[in-house]
Amino acid sequence: MPGIKTLRAMSSALKNREISSTELTQEHLAKIAADKTNSFVTVAKDNALEQAKQAQQRREQESSHPLTGVPLAHKDIFCTQGITTTCGSRMLENFVAPYDAHVVALLNQAGMVTLGKTNMDEFAMGSSNESSHFGPVSNPWNLDKVPGGSSGGSAAAVAAGLVACATGTDTGGSIRQPAALCGITGLKPTYGRISRYGMIAFASSLDQAGPMTCDAEDAALMLSAMAGFDSKDSTSAQRQDAWLADFAEQGIPDLDRPLKIGLPQEYYADLSNGSIIEAVQNTLAQQGHELVDVSLPHTQAAIPVYYVIAGAEASTNLSRYDGVRFGHRCENPQSLEDLYKRSRSEGFGDEVKRRILTGTYTLSVGYFDAYYIKAQQIRRLISEDFSNVFADVDVLLTPTSPTPAFSKGQLSDDPIAMYQQDLYTVPTSLAGLPALSMPCGFVDGLPVGAQLIAPAFREDVLLGLAAQYQKHSDWHLQRPNGSRVSKEWAT
Amino acid sequence: MSEAKPTIDLAHLANLARLNFDPNSSESARADLEKIIAMIDAMQAVNTEDVAPLSHPLDGAQRLRQDLVTETEQRDNFQSTAPSTSEGYYLVPRVVD
Repeated sequence: MPGIKTLRAMSSALKNREISSTELTQEHLAKIAADKTNSFVTVAKDNALEQAKQAQQRREQESSHPLTGVPLAHKDIFCTQGITTTCGSRMLENFVAPYDAHVVALLNQAGMVTLGKTNMDEFAMGSSNESSHFGPVSNPWNLDKVPGGSSGGSAAAVAAGLVACATGTDTGGSIRQPAALCGITGLKPTYGRISRYGMIAFASSLDQAGPMTCDAEDAALMLSAMAGFDSKDSTSAQRQDAWLADFAEQGIPDLDRPLKIGLPQEYYADLSNGSIIEAVQNTLAQQGHELVDVSLPHTQAAIPVYYVIAGAEASTNLSRYDGVRFGHRCENPQSLEDLYKRSRSEGFGDEVKRRILTGTYTLSVGYFDAYYIKAQQIRRLISEDFSNVFADVDVLLTPTSPTPAFSKGQLSDDPIAMYQQDLYTVPTSLAGLPALSMPCGFVDGLPVGAQLIAPAFREDVLLGLAAQYQKHSDWHLQRPNGSRVSKEWAT
Repeated sequence: MSEAKPTIDLAHLANLARLNFDPNSSESARADLEKIIAMIDAMQAVNTEDVAPLSHPLDGAQRLRQDLVTETEQRDNFQSTAPSTSEGYYLVPRVVD
């Protein structure tokens, strides 16, 4: 395959019979076999070739979807029937789910080809992909650096050109931060936009799936295929947004008017790469948009609030791993208590145990009101901060992450410093809002991301603005070692 | 904001969470947790008087459905992932002598 192609380029080549889905799949599998980043936990070669064959038949019968025959990878948090789903943990090292996640089922129905499952921080808890039981992932731009996390394998795989799209999940920034650190486009949709069914639960009031792609156009195509009401998810949103299908079929339309873009001052206070985000502001101003300073006064409380709520929900969700019904079971348990304790202690890594203990502490008798209820109250204040600014502006522009990719091991002994990586992504998660990270420059050869945040269910604004920015920049097309993404099949 | 360093009974918490820590890892787990709790305590400075807790990010309500049986019996399928079963039951160490 000549170079790195977008999903839309591959879709068009398949439609025009310039390549078959089997050839496309074989070329991707060959690239994955030569991978140096440890992006994949499982490569599903036989499954992929079978799906490619079926996709080819659908293409020939012309009963296909634009994504039929296009390869992708799933973050190893999505249950895939017949393919191991580890969630980056020893606990689920040998777990083969008896059903598909809703997202997986939708993309299978579209005819996409699952190449395999991508590496991730254990149970999605981490910002560097170093907590994976299957070893850290390397950033393709510099193999000594982390790719971010928790969807680090998905981000690195797209950045390395192993696949043009991978699914991700975002609880406090796990799509956006690795997208920024690897130089790709990552979309965290509104809470409830995409079903959580079959997505292994971390913090259920925050978890949201989304696409990680080369550009906004591909993100729109994927969002359309992944979104929709699902009765099996009790928080799935019932929406009728016609723009989803329109964006997928016709491409993202030009914005119909200049936007008013808010710059939350709390996000610009301690910025090491301020000149890069200023350049984004200048580009957007040149497109006719109005930029104004705004304030989100409860931003500083977001990290503590997030770690209370996410810890509490994680300690509850992860109580299901008991060594009885699925997952790791210790050898020769002496009692039921021993079975629980040793299975869990052997199956979970340090960061997962830390979060479980945090949640157990904040939910325990005497602390519940002071921590959990207090955090939920501040969560409302954070949400109201956003509502207040969105009364006046259409969208917010911020940096995605405080720093570019850091070195492996640099923060792994300091959980508090690691948690600060989520400073600019966590408030949006607490408020359930959609946000997109797009590449906007480089520092010392490492990519930097800009984050756009919109009101609930206005991913159309994010995609419209990101598509416009990407027409006037080429950061998103740049890849390691001088290679480039092509939006056309023939180059 | 609480200035006092929290004192954490790690053994009690570990028991509640059904986790074991050996003496070496216990001390570092306690130290990490103390740092995390101290970081979290910064939120105590926020005035939340008369603010209602927000449990669903978009303040959504629980969706209800008709009280009808919708699931089919899939015992064998679900037990295929279990470490130890017998005749349709999950096996655990003896609980009652």
